[in-house]
Amino acid sequence: MMSKSKVTLETAEKLGLDSNEYKMIREILGRNPNFTELSIFSVMWSEHASYKNSIKWLKKLPRKGDHILAEAGEENAGLVDVGNGLACAFKIESHNHPCAVEPYQGAATGVGGINRDIFTMGARPIAQLNSLRFGDMKLERTKWHMKGIVKGIGDYGNAFGVPVVGGEVYFNECYNTNPLVNAMSVGLMEKDDMISAIAKGKGNPVYIVGSSTGKDGIHGATFASADITENSAEDLPSVQVGDPFQEKLLLEATLELNKTGAVIGMQDMGAAGIICSTSEMSEKGGHGMKIDLGKVPLRQKNMEPWEILLSESQERMLVVVEKGREKDVEAVFEKWDLNCVIIGEVIEEDRLYFYMHDELYADVPASSLVLGGGAPQYDREYSEPSYFKEFRKFSIDDVPEPEDMKEVVRMMIRNPNIASKRWVYEQYDTMVGTNNMSTNFPSDAGLVNIKGTRNALALTVDCNSRYVMADPDVGTQIAVAEAARNIVCSGGKPLAITNCLNFGNPYNPVVYWQFVKSVQGMAKACKKFNTPVTGGNVSFYNQTSIDGNVVPVHPTPTIGMLGILKEKNNQMSMAFKRKGSMIYLIGRSFNDIASSEYLATWHKIEESPPPKFDIEMEYKVQKVVEDIIRFSLVLSAHDISEGGLFITLLESAIPKCLGFDITTDAEIRRDAFLFGESQSRIVVSVSSTRETEFIDFMLQQEVPFSALGHVTRGEIRIDDVSFGFICDLKKEYMTGIENDLAE
Amino acid sequence: MKFGIVIFPGSNCDHDTVYVLQEILDQEVVELWHKDSDLQDVDAIVLPGGFSYGDYLRSGSIARFSPIMVKVIEFANRGGFVLGICNGFQILCEAGLLPGALLHNSSQKFICKNNYILPDNNESAINLFLAKDKALKVPVAHGEGRYYASEDNLSKMRQNGQILFRYCNEEGMVSELHNPNGSIENIAGVCNESKNVFGMMPHPERASDDELGNTDGRLILESIIRTMEEKKVSFYN
Repeated sequence: MMSKSKVTLETAEKLGLDSNEYKMIREILGRNPNFTELSIFSVMWSEHASYKNSIKWLKKLPRKGDHILAEAGEENAGLVDVGNGLACAFKIESHNHPCAVEPYQGAATGVGGINRDIFTMGARPIAQLNSLRFGDMKLERTKWHMKGIVKGIGDYGNAFGVPVVGGEVYFNECYNTNPLVNAMSVGLMEKDDMISAIAKGKGNPVYIVGSSTGKDGIHGATFASADITENSAEDLPSVQVGDPFQEKLLLEATLELNKTGAVIGMQDMGAAGIICSTSEMSEKGGHGMKIDLGKVPLRQKNMEPWEILLSESQERMLVVVEKGREKDVEAVFEKWDLNCVIIGEVIEEDRLYFYMHDELYADVPASSLVLGGGAPQYDREYSEPSYFKEFRKFSIDDVPEPEDMKEVVRMMIRNPNIASKRWVYEQYDTMVGTNNMSTNFPSDAGLVNIKGTRNALALTVDCNSRYVMADPDVGTQIAVAEAARNIVCSGGKPLAITNCLNFGNPYNPVVYWQFVKSVQGMAKACKKFNTPVTGGNVSFYNQTSIDGNVVPVHPTPTIGMLGILKEKNNQMSMAFKRKGSMIYLIGRSFNDIASSEYLATWHKIEESPPPKFDIEMEYKVQKVVEDIIRFSLVLSAHDISEGGLFITLLESAIPKCLGFDITTDAEIRRDAFLFGESQSRIVVSVSSTRETEFIDFMLQQEVPFSALGHVTRGEIRIDDVSFGFICDLKKEYMTGIENDLAE
Repeated sequence: MKFGIVIFPGSNCDHDTVYVLQEILDQEVVELWHKDSDLQDVDAIVLPGGFSYGDYLRSGSIARFSPIMVKVIEFANRGGFVLGICNGFQILCEAGLLPGALLHNSSQKFICKNNYILPDNNESAINLFLAKDKALKVPVAHGEGRYYASEDNLSKMRQNGQILFRYCNEEGMVSELHNPNGSIENIAGVCNESKNVFGMMPHPERASDDELGNTDGRLILESIIRTMEEKKVSFYN
């Protein structure tokens, strides 16, 4: 049996620990660890579980706010007061590495994991979002990733029964080998019903509930903390298998269990399985546990103690219950036909004892394993790469202006980064729960009705990683600003964010520089928009090593933002309502095509700084738009992002099949005016009866605005030249991605 | 009226259906747990959407063996109103209460979107009070929704007015272009011969709340309620 076998430094290195960490473990234990103990440290001190390479910088993010009920790092997810005695739990998490080698199961279990984080706190998940990054659309590998990942998210989430209300999909060759799959879940509960992830009270029983434990996903956390290589497929047993049916039962049972009042604490089992939940809950409560692994329900024979401890089998929870209430707890799980077995008890000392029947296999201090306790924390080196200054040398004057703008339009609307993501989102149940207010009124953020109140939630995920690549500080500020802008354009007020930080190898000084700058930019923007960071996750090692060349993905700090509509009548759609409405631009256009989709795809230039962005102006623009929506001065609002003004107008025109007739600005190059991506701009439509009022109001603001033109019955005209009819453009736009996939 | 909503493990439209019937349509609602065998004197039963027992084998194939279904089948055979929505429709077909079967969508993909349906006639409680020429916007969300029945069955169903709804466009035109799943003859919903058991793939409960901006589905549920109320009045008279 391997579990008790002796280990050496070589074993430690094979498990991903370095010599210094091995030394620390021997000091903590005062002796040599056995294989089980070493495995425990290796997963708990992996990047994925310990944040050892990132925590120093994450601590600098703003985390406090009057409305924050659970701060980052305190519980399984952040918790925000949303009024009416209700609290919203929300979090985003990556599942990149599993998806790279097994797209379907990788994505499915990602959805399962993030939802468990929400309902383990006692909240019912009511909405999901996801942010997906794939490689070059022409590659077979990309199509394989895309089909598998989308189906995996759909099959799991659809059966689990939580609507997808928003998301984003990007394509870039930096994600060829290593796609990014970030899933966000949002739940709602009564404020006082929160279940904490804590173990306390000597003698209280410790239960494992839900699915049986198998050999799947062993060392998954370690797997997620290493580079993806061409040999990664050999790590397939590190990928878990999902069962949404079990998850659905577990959800209902958990919420019912909470009503019994017998629960002391609960934590789901995700990365690093039993060892992670036992150690984190114990450390939080300042207690320990005595666990008999022989009592854990297993789905396969001959599992060794270390395998049971580290298994990442899905759909399981660890629950600490008040002694004497065992019958009440067991009745709930019997009703839902789920396992519910006592595997140990809470003890007073800071110690975890793992037995297999009567034999002791591991004896470690709980606090030594976790972040903030004994887990190592590192200060990594970083240095500014030469490309950063190179990119700044870009000048629009060196780029020729295309003669035929119609040709550019045709290419842009078929571009998979611009074209409709219908092929993706129609595979997700977006309406279960009967709370998605954006189905019939599309808006920049997904709006979720809170039944029985006047409130609605506004949710969005955003990150343009090309901007972040060009300048991680400014690019990340833009990601936060865009998320806030989407919420404001939908009639909401930004409240808080969760983040998913996807980067390359942290030991690479350039990657680490991108990480540090990005966190700094996020801190600035979150302070400005008063949106504290409530948690999230860090995913390093997103890169590819093929034939010895290591290529990190673009730095991709995905922002998931929560906002609120205090009055759901303020719901604002992006869709033009009727012909004859006047179209206005709020914010200012610049002679700027930097980092635009247009520059990258038409001119094939990737080396440029981020688009024009001024956080003060952004804030002012958002405040003005908040007001004009509140005063009902506009019929639609839609922000300008990828593809520039033209694509924004097109997206506003498509839902009701209307057109638009606009005039460009003589001061600005036409390509920059139509396709440039300068930030802090919002397109609104105004009814002719309220136009004077709108103008009067805008003249009193410190924000530039200008008339663009008007909404037509269906024709698209720019400077008196016809660009065709909306029906034809819509067809191209809607089918771009499915045509690419069929090729 | 008193509605019973059957809850199987894996049902996920149960809360939505309860909400619409109770809060929006002001009906009395009780939940019927799959392990129970007491129908609690309900006037009508709804089998909601979801993935009963995970639906890993074939949608609805396990649910039909649950204790509550024995009672539901008895209730239906006595003439009680039973409506199956989405997974509920699949279960009713598996249980033999409705003709035909629901196969994997022709695209082999799950599909969720707004779709229009047209009442085929006004012969059943569920479409009695609907305008025959007005398309209703009612969303679909399923992986196995391609309705199939043999030609013999279909011709009987046509003659007997058992085809409830067909997929169409906004103007009510029924064509293959507007068929989301490849259903034979664009069929979106059917009933049994005695017109008391109804099944439909589109979700009327998802189009019933003013706050979501579409209430076309409410007309379908209201049609059943109104028929039942009128029947009850005539019964007592």
